[in-house]
Amino acid sequence: MLKLLRNLIKEPMFVIGSFLFLTTILAGLLGPSLYTAHPDAIDSYVQPFKQYELESGKHIKYWLGTDDLGKDYVALLLRGLQNSLYVGFMAGIIATTIGTLVGLFAGFKGGIIDDVLTMFTNLFIVIPSFVVLVLVSASWPEGRSLTLIAILIGLTTWPWTARSVRAQAASLRGRDHISLARINGATNLQIIFKHILPYLASYVFMVFIMQVASGILSESAISMIGLGPVGEGSTSLGVILNIAKDQGALTDKKWWGIFPAAGVITVMVFALYLLNNSMEGVFNPRLRK
Amino acid sequence: MLKKYPTVRYISQRAIWYFLTFLIALSLNFFLPRFGSDPVDTMMAQAAGGLSLEKAKEMEEGLRLSYGLIVVDKQGNIVRDTVIKIDTVVVRDTIFTTVKESVADSLGNALVNERREIESIVLRETLIERPEAVARKASVVSQLFNYIRQVFKGDLGKSFENGKPVSEIILQALPWTLALQFPAILLGWIFGNSLGALAAYKRGVFDKALFPFALLMSSVPFFVFGMALVYFFGIIWEFFPVAGGVDKSLLSPNFFEFISSAAYHYVLPFFSIFLILAGGQAIGMRSMGIYELGTDYIKYAKWLGLKETRVLAYLFRNAMLPQLTGLALSIGQMVGGALITEMIFSYPGLGFAMLNAITSNDYPVIQGVTLLITTSVLLANFTVDILIALLDPRVKASLSMDSK
Repeated sequence: MLKLLRNLIKEPMFVIGSFLFLTTILAGLLGPSLYTAHPDAIDSYVQPFKQYELESGKHIKYWLGTDDLGKDYVALLLRGLQNSLYVGFMAGIIATTIGTLVGLFAGFKGGIIDDVLTMFTNLFIVIPSFVVLVLVSASWPEGRSLTLIAILIGLTTWPWTARSVRAQAASLRGRDHISLARINGATNLQIIFKHILPYLASYVFMVFIMQVASGILSESAISMIGLGPVGEGSTSLGVILNIAKDQGALTDKKWWGIFPAAGVITVMVFALYLLNNSMEGVFNPRLRK
Repeated sequence: MLKKYPTVRYISQRAIWYFLTFLIALSLNFFLPRFGSDPVDTMMAQAAGGLSLEKAKEMEEGLRLSYGLIVVDKQGNIVRDTVIKIDTVVVRDTIFTTVKESVADSLGNALVNERREIESIVLRETLIERPEAVARKASVVSQLFNYIRQVFKGDLGKSFENGKPVSEIILQALPWTLALQFPAILLGWIFGNSLGALAAYKRGVFDKALFPFALLMSSVPFFVFGMALVYFFGIIWEFFPVAGGVDKSLLSPNFFEFISSAAYHYVLPFFSIFLILAGGQAIGMRSMGIYELGTDYIKYAKWLGLKETRVLAYLFRNAMLPQLTGLALSIGQMVGGALITEMIFSYPGLGFAMLNAITSNDYPVIQGVTLLITTSVLLANFTVDILIALLDPRVKASLSMDSK
């Protein structure tokens, strides 16, 4: 384990990725208490999409300007970051849990259970999850909370995890230590959780990272097209982008309405991809060199 | 029966599987919008304002009919049941009192004159039974069958916004989407895979430069990259138009004008899909290629002293096949992302049609578009599956093994 960590720390991708991701998490957790401006406070004196306000010549009041209503973009971004991370992690946890369980059972049991579960998994892989998200969100005009969206994303993205975990579990099925455990009278559940899951732990963790990334991406995509969370305090990064675009920030050259939020999403996802790839490199030494 | 032709058997198995998946997708398309709220109620809440009661009722019935929510007899008439509706009616009761007055007549005799006077008016609620013809609700199962029957007839309902048939809206948008996404996904896949294979083979500086860049590209969300392209190439530098599929100011363009204008509008959305896709594919192909480079058959081929190009050809072929499977699995995701790109560029395809429908809560259009997207994704998957069966000797071998 320690050796693994030492190997990981040697990997520049891992260092950069974890630095970037920890920064975004810290910003999301601590940001609102350090930067105390309220995201819903409306400064009615500034014009829509004010870039920044110079007070008494040198003091910058709005670091990243304001949105169309006069809300402080930095405060909005911090809240958006928090909410996007919440959705990403929650969706990631749901998808990884369901996917790992389905994959483990399918891969371990084999036979008809495997066939049925695999068919089910493939079915939800080929039906675009984006379509399912749109259909459900569109029919839920009120009360679309962050949690609801996170659950929806989790429920539509698990097949990817199931598929890859199944393949791994199936390859372990015939190993000697599994047969030994079986001879010793271990139950199926014991074998799965004691003898198969530990082998796959690093793999499941990598899958989890990808699921968080895809949760963040799916949330911002669905919010971007106007089907995101509604209600007070549920502004996510995608919602910020959606509002800014609808208010013409793009065509009016108000870059601060679009690019900070877009950049934060990209940095988060990029950091997660870096982490995933560096781990893949360490766990699969052939990719290193 | 088909044992002699394993490939044919495989393809027909896949066809059956995809058809079942299609039916399930169809049911999802039917049930999912009913999770949140009754779509007809939502529509009525928007539209009924300003309509008289009868008009509103007629409209609601029409909507329910078009959704297959109510029972229709063989002649196509709506089956109505007479339901005794109990209405609360406010009745005005007037309460009189009799006032007795003693008056004297002209002779001086005392007379009693009775006169009724209104004492008070009372409003009181009462229940009235009244028969009303109500369209019979279809059961959920028969609703589903109605929906499936309508879909197979090509009837996807009518747009709630402008009353156009949904199939017409979709047919207008479909060519744009196909023209944009098909080449972008296909070329992005080819380009990304070639780059990835090259990076795997060359390693060194090329790999070190390409890999982080490809990783960054693949982590940029489709819409972010699209917006960046719009901002810089469309708005700041004004190289390319930022919206639409063709210049609308051309009133009656000839063929050449139309094509050149469409091509001009095509550049930005194409590249925004193409580059992101290529990034993701390059990463996958790179790991595949590195993996294949370490396998025994490559080592053996090298030891045999085969030409480098020959070895590379083997390598590419074997590394390409899992990538093809990957393509089959991720087409759905790619199409989802590409639809959002269409929305960013207001490209007149399905994505934009869906965005418009979403903003106006136009359920029939949303449902129609999602159904078509799912169907095309399934068709694309099926095609790739067949390609794999034809190209991959391993699949072929396992097929003929199965049939023995």
